Amino acid sequence: MIKAILIFNNHGKPRLSKFYEHYNEDTEQQIIRETFHLVSKRDENVCNFLEGGLLIGGLDYKLIYRHYATLYFVFCVDSSESELGILDLIQVFVETLDKCFENVCELDLIFHVDKVHHILAEMVMGGMVLETNMNEIITQVDAQNKMEKSETFIFQSTRQDR
Amino acid sequence: MPAPIRLRELIRTIRTARTQAEEREMIQKECAAIRSSFREEDNTYRCRNVAKLLYMHMLGYPAHFGQLECLKLIASQKFTDKRIGYLGAMLLLDERQDVHLLMTNCIKNDLNHSTQYVQGLALCTLGCMGSSEMCRDLAGEVEKLLKTSNSYLRKKAALCAVHVIRKVPELMEMFLPATKNLLSEKNHGVLHTSVVLLTEMCERSPDMLAHFRKLVPQLVRILKNLIMSGYSPEHDVSGISDPFLQVRILRLLRILGKNDDDSSEAMNDILAQVATNTETSKNVGNAILYETVLTIMDIKSESGLRVLAINILGRFLLNNDKNIRYVALTSLLKTVQTDHNAVQRHRSTIVDCLKDLDVSIKRRAMELSFALVNGNNIRGMMKELLYFLDSCDPEFKADCASGVFLAAEKYAPSKRWHIDTIMRVLTTAGSYVRDDSVPNLIQLITNSVEMHAYTVQRLYKALLDDISQQPLVQVASWCIGEYGDLLVSGQCEEEEPIQVTEDEVLDVLEGLLVSNLSTPVTRGYSLTAIMKLSTRFSSVNRIKKVVSIYGSSIDVELQQRAVEYNALFKKYDHMRPALLERMPIMEKTASNGPTEIVQTNGETEPSTVEAKHPPPVTQPTNQANDLLDLLGGNDVVPVIQTTIPTKPVSAGGELLDLLGDLSLSGGPAPAPAPSVPTSQPPFLLDGLTSQPLFNDIAAAGIPSMTAYNKNGLKIDFTFERANPNPNIAVITIHATNSTEAEMTDFVFQAAVPKTFQLQLLSPSSNVVPALNQGTVTQVIRVLNPQKQQLRMRIKLTYTHKGSAVQDLAEVNNFPPQSWQ
Repeated sequence: MIKAILIFNNHGKPRLSKFYEHYNEDTEQQIIRETFHLVSKRDENVCNFLEGGLLIGGLDYKLIYRHYATLYFVFCVDSSESELGILDLIQVFVETLDKCFENVCELDLIFHVDKVHHILAEMVMGGMVLETNMNEIITQVDAQNKMEKSETFIFQSTRQDR
Repeated sequence: MPAPIRLRELIRTIRTARTQAEEREMIQKECAAIRSSFREEDNTYRCRNVAKLLYMHMLGYPAHFGQLECLKLIASQKFTDKRIGYLGAMLLLDERQDVHLLMTNCIKNDLNHSTQYVQGLALCTLGCMGSSEMCRDLAGEVEKLLKTSNSYLRKKAALCAVHVIRKVPELMEMFLPATKNLLSEKNHGVLHTSVVLLTEMCERSPDMLAHFRKLVPQLVRILKNLIMSGYSPEHDVSGISDPFLQVRILRLLRILGKNDDDSSEAMNDILAQVATNTETSKNVGNAILYETVLTIMDIKSESGLRVLAINILGRFLLNNDKNIRYVALTSLLKTVQTDHNAVQRHRSTIVDCLKDLDVSIKRRAMELSFALVNGNNIRGMMKELLYFLDSCDPEFKADCASGVFLAAEKYAPSKRWHIDTIMRVLTTAGSYVRDDSVPNLIQLITNSVEMHAYTVQRLYKALLDDISQQPLVQVASWCIGEYGDLLVSGQCEEEEPIQVTEDEVLDVLEGLLVSNLSTPVTRGYSLTAIMKLSTRFSSVNRIKKVVSIYGSSIDVELQQRAVEYNALFKKYDHMRPALLERMPIMEKTASNGPTEIVQTNGETEPSTVEAKHPPPVTQPTNQANDLLDLLGGNDVVPVIQTTIPTKPVSAGGELLDLLGDLSLSGGPAPAPAPSVPTSQPPFLLDGLTSQPLFNDIAAAGIPSMTAYNKNGLKIDFTFERANPNPNIAVITIHATNSTEAEMTDFVFQAAVPKTFQLQLLSPSSNVVPALNQGTVTQVIRVLNPQKQQLRMRIKLTYTHKGSAVQDLAEVNNFPPQSWQ
């Protein structure tokens, strides 16, 4: 099971945080800080697996991360997930974001946090992997976006695109 | 009130903030605006406001006042509202707030909505944060959706079902019928989530596991199609067809095949195929191979397949990719218990990984190296591990030191090597060793008698170099205290003896007392060591001075010790030598494993139960001595009677003859190799009298038995269980004489196997009256801690009609209740 998915930049600012287990707000922020601390210390050519910090379950949980340009994508998983499989999943996630946003960069993630959440919701649900086929995910997300857009035409007032 | 700003605007504004305080100010302002907008109950902009709130929540600011607004959004008809509303619910709400229950009705309606995306949203939210009450209410809807033909909904329903099962395990049966044709789906998404659902069910319930075993052929077929199907653009990831599904199926096969021969056999072919055909150039291929290897190791696969799996892991170890190496080390660690020999082949590669720069790999390699240490490779491995200990990060040192100690204890090829190794650890990582290693080391040193001179010399030299590492200092000061005489006498066989004077030694120890680096515990050790040297060295005055100085020390512990030692000098000087004499060999506690005792048995005195205090009763011990001198083989230990009977000592000798061939230990009759214990005899009484004498409460009716019946003498045993210690059986013998002449000088003796302990109390009388006119009773207490079957040999001597009669018998017919 995936316990949490975190995206933050090289300075530790969170760009997306999704927890699949209940923590209160302070703990969540602490976890983000601690994870950033652990991950940022890592060299470039070491393996992508880390033992989890103390807050997020300690030695039972692993942090699997990938560093793309200015962003760290961190998945915190327990032993029931295959480590190499999660690495592939992160890759698929980033490629999907790339297709949805057209050459995605950090700014896209900053300004469209809710869209990223919706894409993620099509891939991972309740801590378990839902769909890994990129095209399928994109189709679903596009269809839902279209539904949203169609609704806004009804209201001639300000467009609701955020 | 002006229209609330868009999310984009807000983000832009926040990004212009240059300090944390500025950002906080902006956010607070916006929060106030949002709050007033919520109060106005404005439907148009609620969506926008909640979106902004979620963003602020991500940055770490409190957003709980938006929870109800999320619920209102969910209840709205618009898809846009619902989307944000559900997202907000997932981020802001959880089962600890009662508010979440209000969602249940909305979700129920949305689960039956006409638009699949709305249904999808509802399923997603339920699957992420549904509480057990919600799950209970909505499980029926989820189950219905599990059977729908819409693949989009079906896959979501499957994962939602997993969540429901996790929250409310009793509902698992409900989903069973729906799983019937889940695997015949074509859609990979549904297949994937179905396999997850089946995995969850199998992991939770052994009945389900047995039920789903019949799916193994189907799973094998699906896997085969995936591998053979060639290129399929929609599922392709780096050239492999849907690796995620392959990995999931392999994992489910692992669970189904565990401990089951038939399923394992059905899987053998496909596993071999996957293992040999998968491309390993990219990460995806390796992910599948890794999963395959784990599956092969877990099920009952044939040996050829297992060897193939370990070889794959060995190949992984040589891969340049750090991730692969990490993964290989992890799985080798899991398999090293079962396939030890196969993993040994890769030992050199694993040891190389100790030198890797990556912290995670180093840790795994260290754990695996310790698991691979055995009697053959101990010297080589220890060299590598000690080198690693020297150069590794502090976070590893404690674990590595403990591991080295354990390995050295188990496989040390010689005492000297063992002591050298421990010294090396103490000098390099002395401050990181565990607390219990100091007493363990002291025990080890005590037990290796011939190494005392060498050990104390080396420790003394180490002390001269460095007194900062407390465990080392403590052990060293203890040793110097014990064996200081060996140190100054300059005898050492193992290496060049150093010339040390008594004053130099005392200088070092006093230096420890005053040094800032020494902890209070260390100071205590060194003060005691100095005191001990008062019996071994000749410069007693200096020691007296030191001790009296510390009588006024601020440290209470030191002060107490010093005052007591002072008293020893003044008033109890006659006791000083006895009190401070050399420590005897200590018995190892069970937690450290039995190997040490075996070693010391062969080399030095046998590890009999030692007692430092002088023997309490003199006469029985003399008898015991005689008995044991002749006994030789340690099978049976004779009884020491508490009273001083009038029986002649020669009876003891005859007793021994019969006991000599009584091999009750089960193995081949041991040759009575007389390892004669000339030192203290076993004090059985010590062991027994340390247990309180209980009131004999009649146990739950253990039947009595006749132990002996010959020549008119009948001896019955009656049993009682001594509460509260159930290991002690109390036997009362009743001796009756049916002949017409009485039996005088009646003596009853008994012997039991070594695992028992026996105590005979005094008999009621020495005369057994004739014609059953009375009985002689005597109480025997048997301690049977291992609950073994009770057996006894008895010897009876009496005078009958003027002639001495002697008889031996073996009593085997003890009722089971007496010893169970």
